[in-house]
Amino acid sequence: MSLRITNGRIIDPANDLDQKADLFIDDEGFIVGIGKAPKNFAAELTIDASDLIVCPGLVDLQARVREPGLEYKATIESETLAAVSAGITTLVTPPDTTPVIDTPAMAQMIQQRAWRFGLAFIHPLGAMTRDLEGKQLSDMESLDEAGCVGVTNALNPIKDTLVLRRAMEYAASFDITVFLRAQDPWLNGGGCVHEGEVGTRLGLPGIPEAAETVAVARDLALIEQTGVRAHFCQLSTARAVAMIAEAQERGLPVTADVTAHHLHLSEHDIGYFNSQCHVIPPLRSERDRDGLRKALKDGVISVVCSDHQPHESDAKLAPFIESEPGVSGLETLLPLTLRLVDDGLIDLTQAIAALTSEPADIIGVDTGNLAIGSTADICIFDPEARWKLDTSNMISRGHNSPFGGWEFKGKVTHTLVGGVLVYEAED
Amino acid sequence: MTEDLQFDKDGRLHHFLSIEGLKRENIIEILDTAESFISVGEREIKKVPLLRGKTVVNLFFESSTRTRTTFEIAAKRLSADVINLNPSVSSTKKGETVLDTIDNLEAMHTDLFVVRHSNSGAAHLIANHLPPHVRLINAGDGRHSHPTQAMLDAFTIRSYKKDFTGLKVAIVGDILHSRVARSLIHALNILGVPEVRVVAPMTLLPTAVELLGVHPYHNMYEGLEDVDVVVMLRLQRERMEGALIPSEQEYFRVYGLTEEKLSVAKDDVIVMHPGPMNRGLEIDSAVADGPHAVILPQVTNGIAVRMAIMALIMGGNVQRERKGKE
Repeated sequence: MSLRITNGRIIDPANDLDQKADLFIDDEGFIVGIGKAPKNFAAELTIDASDLIVCPGLVDLQARVREPGLEYKATIESETLAAVSAGITTLVTPPDTTPVIDTPAMAQMIQQRAWRFGLAFIHPLGAMTRDLEGKQLSDMESLDEAGCVGVTNALNPIKDTLVLRRAMEYAASFDITVFLRAQDPWLNGGGCVHEGEVGTRLGLPGIPEAAETVAVARDLALIEQTGVRAHFCQLSTARAVAMIAEAQERGLPVTADVTAHHLHLSEHDIGYFNSQCHVIPPLRSERDRDGLRKALKDGVISVVCSDHQPHESDAKLAPFIESEPGVSGLETLLPLTLRLVDDGLIDLTQAIAALTSEPADIIGVDTGNLAIGSTADICIFDPEARWKLDTSNMISRGHNSPFGGWEFKGKVTHTLVGGVLVYEAED
Repeated sequence: MTEDLQFDKDGRLHHFLSIEGLKRENIIEILDTAESFISVGEREIKKVPLLRGKTVVNLFFESSTRTRTTFEIAAKRLSADVINLNPSVSSTKKGETVLDTIDNLEAMHTDLFVVRHSNSGAAHLIANHLPPHVRLINAGDGRHSHPTQAMLDAFTIRSYKKDFTGLKVAIVGDILHSRVARSLIHALNILGVPEVRVVAPMTLLPTAVELLGVHPYHNMYEGLEDVDVVVMLRLQRERMEGALIPSEQEYFRVYGLTEEKLSVAKDDVIVMHPGPMNRGLEIDSAVADGPHAVILPQVTNGIAVRMAIMALIMGGNVQRERKGKE
C-alpha cells in the first residue's frame, strides 16, 4: 500500500536530515521521496504527522525474545509486538537460546519465525563457540551466510584465552564482527550486585569493577593482535569505558553500547532488595553512571540498547540473589533515551542516531536510515506526549521493569516495517 | 520495596527486619522491655500470658540450633503456641518457593513468623508479601542482618558497661560474611558508640566497609588496644577453600583471641561471641572460659530480648500493659 506521511519533522541522522517535510513510500515498501512526491504518486493511505517526529525505525542491539527454549517467559510473537509498539523495527538477539544458535538452521528458523509474524525483524548473533562452551569454534562462516550479524559467546565468557584468540582470528578472516560481553568469570564469582557501598550494606555478594576492566584489557590486547572488528556490549563501568576510548584513539576497530537502564540507575536504586534492579552487569556507582553518560555524549559509546530480558513474575519474587537478572526494556528504550535529551546530555539527533543509524552500522544491515530507495522501517512519535509507566499495562510478556511509576515524555504513535503500518497507538 | 516496612503508619514497630532504619528510642524501648523480662526466667513459673492464643511459626530455611531454641523458649514464656519448621529439608527441595511456603502457613492462621534464610533480603521479601495482620521477625538473612542478635549484644554490653557513649568496641573476624557484624555495627552507631573497629584481613572485610561507620584494622594488637568490648565472630571452616585465608593455624596465630592479645585491651574488657565458638580457631579456651568472657550471659539475655521484641511487635506497649496488671 502506498503511503504518505505528511507534515512531520523528519530526523534522519544518517543523512544529516532534520526538516519538516512529507515522506512518500511506494507499494513495495520503499522510501521513494522526501519533500516532494515522485511523479504519478498516489497515496492509498496518509498519516498526519503534524507535531510528530518521523525517524528511522529503532534498532535494538540486544534483546532476548526467549524463543526457543523459554516460551513461558515470552515468544517471538509477543516480543516483536512489544517492539513495534515502542518504535523498534529491528531486534538483535543473542544466541543463548535452547538450543543455542550455533547452526545455520537455528539462525534461519528465528529469522523466519519473526518474518512470519510480520512485525519487527530479528537478526540473530551466532554463537562464537559451539554450544557456547568456549572450547570449539562454531561454524562462523556458515552462520554469517545464514544471516547472523555477528558472533558472540553471550553471557558465557570464554575462559581459555587461546580459544578466544582463535575465535577472533577466524572471525576476522571472514570480516565477521565479534560481540563481547566483558566479564572475568572468576572475579565475577557468585556476585549479584556492584561490589561497593550498597552491596556491603545489604550483605549481597559483589561483582567488582575489575571483573569488567580485566576482561576489557584482555579482549583489547587480542583485538589489537588479531585485527578483528569488535563490539563491546553493555558496559557498566567508567574505567572500562575509558579503556575503550583510549583504544579507539589508537585506531582499534572497537565500538560499544550501554543499556538504557545503566544510564539512569545506580546501585542505590536497589534500595531494600528491589529485585527489579537485579541486572547483569550490575547497576554500579553514580560515578560509573556519570562516566557512561559522558562516554555516550563523547561518542565513545555510540549505541543505547534495551538488553531486553522479559521474565514471568515469579522470576523476580525471590530473595535478591535467587531472583533472575534482567529488565523488560523494549518499551522504555526510546523514552529513556529521549530523557537524556531533556537532561541536556545529548541533542535529539544524537539520541536518535544512538538508536538507529549507529546500531545499524554495527550490524551492517541496511536499516536505521531514511535514504531514498531504502526499506521503509519507520518510527513516528510524539515528542511532547507525557505518560506514566504502569508495568501491568506493558505489552511485552515480561512486566519486569524498575521504571514503574516513572513519568516519561515521548510516545510512539505509528510504526512501519517494510512500508507496512504494523502499529498505531490508540487514543 | 524501598519504603520502610518495619513501621506501621503510626511509627510503631510492625515487623523486625533490620537495625538499619531504627531510631535510638526504638532500641532503648527493646532493651528496657527485655530488662523487665529477665526476671520471668528466674521465676519458678516462667510464663507471662502476653501472647496467649497466638501462633508463632519458627521458619528456619537455614538450620540453626541456638537461635531457634531461644526463639522457641521466648515464645513459650509468652504463652504462645509454637511450631518449628525447617523447610530447607522438606518443601523447598521439592520446588516450592519461599512465598509458597509462607502462603501455606499463613493460610493456617499464623500470627507471627520468625524466619531465617541463607539469602540476604529474604525477610524483606516475605514481609512485603504478608497480609497486614501477620508479623515477621528476621532471625537472620544471608549476610545482611541478624537484628535480634544485635539487640542481645547491645543488651549485654549495656548490662556491663551502662553507658554506650564512651565505648570502644572491636569486632573481629569474618566481617564479610557476617550478618551479626552488619547489624551490630548499625546498632552501636545508633546508640552513640564513638568508636567501632573491625579487625580482619582484607579478604574478610567487605569493600568500602568504612562507609558503615567503622575503622578497619588488620593487626589484632592495634585493633584491640584500649577497647572496652571485643566481639569475636565465628569463622566458617570452608573459608579456606575460597582462598580467603591460608590455614587455620595461620588464622589462629594472627587473629585468634588469646590472653596475650587481649592484654592490650582495657582491664575490664568484656569478650562476646554469638556462638557457636570454634575453640582454637578464632578464640582460645583460656579466653572463652576466662574472667572477661560474657558468652553464656549473652545466651540468657537472648531469651529476654527475643521475648521483648515479640511482645512489642505483637502487642504494642508491653510495659504499660504489665504495669497496669501489677
